[in-house]
Amino acid sequence: MSEILKGRAWVFGDDVDTDLIYHNKYLAETDPKNMPQYAFEYFPGKEHFAKEVKPGDFVVGGKNFGAGSSREHAIYCIKYAGVPVILAETCSRIYYRNAINNGYPVLFVKGFSDAIKEGKIKDGDQLEVELSTGTIKDVTSGHQFHGDAVSDLENDIMQAGGLMGYLKAEAKKKK
Amino acid sequence: MGKTFAEKALGRAAGYDVTANQVVTVEPDWCMSHDNGAPIARIFKKIGVKNVWKPERIVFILDHAVPAPSSDHAVNHKEVREFSAEQGIKHFYDVTSDGGVCHQKMCEEGFALPGLIMVGSDSHTCTYGAYGAFSTGIGRSEMAAAWATGKIWFKVPESMKVVVTGKFKPGVSAKDFILKFIGDVKADGADYMSVEFHGDGIENMSIAERMTLCNMGIEFGAKNAVCKPDHKVLEAIKDNAKCDCWEPLWADEDAVYAAEYSYDLADIEPCVAKPHTVDNYAPISEVKGTKIHEVFLGSCTNGRIEDLRAAAAILKGKKIAVRTIVIPASWTVYRQAMKEGLLDIFLDSGCVICNPGCGPCMGNHEGILAPTEVAISTANRNFKGRMGDKESFIYLASPMTVAASAIKGEISDPREAL
Repeated sequence: MSEILKGRAWVFGDDVDTDLIYHNKYLAETDPKNMPQYAFEYFPGKEHFAKEVKPGDFVVGGKNFGAGSSREHAIYCIKYAGVPVILAETCSRIYYRNAINNGYPVLFVKGFSDAIKEGKIKDGDQLEVELSTGTIKDVTSGHQFHGDAVSDLENDIMQAGGLMGYLKAEAKKKK
Repeated sequence: MGKTFAEKALGRAAGYDVTANQVVTVEPDWCMSHDNGAPIARIFKKIGVKNVWKPERIVFILDHAVPAPSSDHAVNHKEVREFSAEQGIKHFYDVTSDGGVCHQKMCEEGFALPGLIMVGSDSHTCTYGAYGAFSTGIGRSEMAAAWATGKIWFKVPESMKVVVTGKFKPGVSAKDFILKFIGDVKADGADYMSVEFHGDGIENMSIAERMTLCNMGIEFGAKNAVCKPDHKVLEAIKDNAKCDCWEPLWADEDAVYAAEYSYDLADIEPCVAKPHTVDNYAPISEVKGTKIHEVFLGSCTNGRIEDLRAAAAILKGKKIAVRTIVIPASWTVYRQAMKEGLLDIFLDSGCVICNPGCGPCMGNHEGILAPTEVAISTANRNFKGRMGDKESFIYLASPMTVAASAIKGEISDPREAL
């Protein structure tokens, strides 16, 4: 039996760009652990995210989450806030790659964009997420969703804790 | 079954035949970083490898905030200089008159070459597709890993074919076409895909215009964007190619595409992307008369000599009505503009000319917006608050449109200013 993660949903819509997640203004910060204090500061109506997010909460997005810049701050500010996984219908390519390379899971969930618009998943809903199967239950609304599994290589990188761990493990294998 | 450009370029680099959705590990021909070379160097040092895999394949170009506007930026620059010296990085463009915006320099210095695999720790690295390179942006951890190992993994992307025919009408340019296209396909229209621009409409374009198209590839989700490396490209690189490892590659006629679009350039009209997303298209007629407070002409999207010429032709002999910041994309462009008398035209009309670099594009310096202020800019992103305060507004447009708007102090149709 794999672990079921439980937490509250923070719901964002489609095309959430990297400036909304983590603004340019704070790019000179390079310590990932200091980044959560700036998360979503520029997102209208979610300015309180940084203060109120609790470890275990989920970030929920629609289509094209993380559009724009290649900054990894936009991953770190969520990861180090204690959010265990990002749930989105789709993600921008660089954003997703940055997540994988940092050993951070993103679950792609079909129909999430519409589900958000239709209010089937809302801010503050209690979610139960099983990463191994991709099953997401919104306990508050009663709706259930299914996420995609990641590819083998992506999974290997994640299992090694990210790209650094993966490269080290690969180098060891060759010796 | 024929091959797409991405299949050919990644197959060439991998050393075997590949098809879409296959995962390959390849050695990048160039790894480019800007001011963020500093945090990447810090990550690199944690890997435990003493030296980068090939110092001659790494390029540093300081551009995001030059000369440093704060001590945080200065620290980053200092670390890039120290790391460059330590590692023997040959291709380092510091804050000197050899510098400029990284993507402009990569092209004008002969790094961008047909068939090469180019990665950069900046999302607009896709620009080099204008020279027929497979180029894409990557994150910092990934760049540190590439420096250490000389390897990077790619899923061979599926491809999108955009067939472009005809010629622009007067007052219309490549920026208008790409904003229209992004408005049609939306910000995630090509997520993960390789985007190929085909057709005589592209052949008619200058390399500068093709750079504008490829530069904006990331704004509709593309992994890379590319134009066929034709005689214009071969002519441009013949004297300054930085290596002889290039090879012109192009898609086969019978390649398979995940999506196809076609456009006639004669149908394109001047337009903008309204705040706060790049796909928020509006024809100029819809936004004409919108009051503006700042005009920015520059950036890796539209800071080239061709862009400055187009804007200067409109500004010549006129006075601006709102503050207008002109930033040539490199010192080479700056010098050329000076020789052609364009800088005089800008100064005579009241513009401020800043040193080459990214300027206010991502809100670092040289034209930050106050709350409620509205800017019209030739850059590539209008995300909320990108150029300053979060209650400010950015419209994206072509060099001709921003020049016409500067004169009136409101968004204006460039066709009326020609």
